Amino acid sequence: MIRVELLKLARRPRSWVSIGLLCGLPVLVAVFVAVTHVVPPPGQGPTLLSAVLSNGSLYPAAALAIVLPIFLPVAVAVVAGDAIAGEAGAGMLRYLLARPVGRTRLLVAKLIALIVYTLTAVVAVAVTAYITGRLLFGSQPVAVTNSGGGITPTIIVAHAATSLSGTALTPADILSRTIGAIAFIGVSMLGVGAIALFLSTVTDSSLGAALGALAALVTSEVLVTLNAAAAVGPYLPTRYWLAWVDFFRQPILWRNIDRGFLVQGVYVVVLLAAAWANFATKDITS
Amino acid sequence: MIVTRALTKRYGRVLAVDRVDLDVREGDRYGFLGPNGSGKTTVVRMLLGLVYATSGEIEVMGKPVPSRVADVLPRIGALIEGPSCYGHLSGRANLALIDASGKGQGLRNRRKRIDEALERVGLAGVDNRAVRKYSLGMRQRLGLAAALLREPRLLVLDEPTNGLDPQGIREIRDLLAELNAAGTTVFLSSHQLAEVEQLCTRVGIVDRGRLVLQEDLDALRAPTGRVVVRTPDADRAAALLDGRVERRDGDRLVVAEADPAQVNARLVEAGLRVSEIGPERRSLEELMLSVTGSGSDRIDSGDRGGAEPGAAERGATRETAGRDGAEP
Repeated sequence: MIRVELLKLARRPRSWVSIGLLCGLPVLVAVFVAVTHVVPPPGQGPTLLSAVLSNGSLYPAAALAIVLPIFLPVAVAVVAGDAIAGEAGAGMLRYLLARPVGRTRLLVAKLIALIVYTLTAVVAVAVTAYITGRLLFGSQPVAVTNSGGGITPTIIVAHAATSLSGTALTPADILSRTIGAIAFIGVSMLGVGAIALFLSTVTDSSLGAALGALAALVTSEVLVTLNAAAAVGPYLPTRYWLAWVDFFRQPILWRNIDRGFLVQGVYVVVLLAAAWANFATKDITS
Repeated sequence: MIVTRALTKRYGRVLAVDRVDLDVREGDRYGFLGPNGSGKTTVVRMLLGLVYATSGEIEVMGKPVPSRVADVLPRIGALIEGPSCYGHLSGRANLALIDASGKGQGLRNRRKRIDEALERVGLAGVDNRAVRKYSLGMRQRLGLAAALLREPRLLVLDEPTNGLDPQGIREIRDLLAELNAAGTTVFLSSHQLAEVEQLCTRVGIVDRGRLVLQEDLDALRAPTGRVVVRTPDADRAAALLDGRVERRDGDRLVVAEADPAQVNARLVEAGLRVSEIGPERRSLEELMLSVTGSGSDRIDSGDRGGAEPGAAERGATRETAGRDGAEP
């Protein structure tokens, strides 16, 4: 069943179009930046973008920062929202279950297809961004500071309030930290996917499920910035979304990264359990 | 093959299926009839484990449903409320996906089985165009092909000839009869009487969630013990058969006599012309109308918004039933 679900995902033009768009946006941004050499000052605009001009190897991380706020969650919510509700809407759910495909089995296969899609999307963005970065920005450091010895790429990591001082990062460092960031973002997106997947078992409208998940995210984003809602802040799904930036600090700031993994993990487990409980006991009338 | 005991399904305050006792025997061609909204589809979905019963028991091929439904579903071919497909894929790709779903028989002979199924439903020459571009009749055939993929022992079909032209309906009917002759039990849910009358050997009629009748079709359509005569000399015939004529409708007489040959002989002996004569049989339509009310798609005035849905309709049914009962 897992194979079948992956096949269905791969045969949908939508899957490829969405991944293409996700990869296209950072390329577009890179072209603009490379042509004009105008970047937002540190602390403004997409995270890390200001550091890119000095080192193209960092562009994958910057690209993820570009797609993370809206593009990526929308794509994941659409695919996850379509999981069960899409089958129901197409009238295929009854035929699949009468085949028979066990309900739990179907849900697990859908979840795995979702994970594969999410990882494919994130990795595709990172890879195209890496290629774009190397081609457009090169890997020669513009500024060399510290006693890294020789030509060590140096970056300045910018963050909203605090600005960390420049530290030397080796290419291997950048690679491992980018992989860490990809994993973190992947898990964050899985959180989004879990919300949409749960809603997908509740409604027969895939659009409704996707929009419901996005509504939850927007609500969370609003509450995160609201001081009055500080009490619930740590539990909001988007609270630690940007914590992956901490992978690019020296040393890595694990506090928020760990919490981010934990919060997303709890959301994923609870929502998937709810999705399973709902789907396994539901009357299929679509 | 299919046995249900006091099968009941309640959606909130609406009783969709009310203590239904189905009995479908192996080898039957069973017609499951009822007006729109009478609960046919809910029963079919419960048989397949899609909808869970509120109470009552279901047994399909000797296994309790829904607890052991996964054991019997591989041997059931189903067409539930119209065919569905992935519109962006071809018919063959759809069948391959469906066949690969769930515990399957594997790739080994998939292509062959798909070809056979398509051949059976008359789509053997179908090309690679997307199902989105199929006509309704083609989709219906494709849905049937999907149901036939695994050589089922039981076919559960909901309106299988919907969207087909008379030629197609005939083909499908012949196909079902052929499969049945080869040992497949056919459970056909429909509101098209002609379809059931021509194919089925046994009928169950459901009305407002209750099984109001379950019988062999032959028994239902057995002669009523009356003879119907059509004659240009109706007046004289009525006089001759005085006392035995139950009803007269123009040149058509209904005579309380079991043997048409005898009636014919008497009329001819008296020099009367007979243009048509035969035993009276009830048509499935008359039967159906006498035991069911109007479907849930009819809403008469007086069914006020606040009332329990169906309450006014239920009153109307009782009235109809009463009228029919008074008239033998």
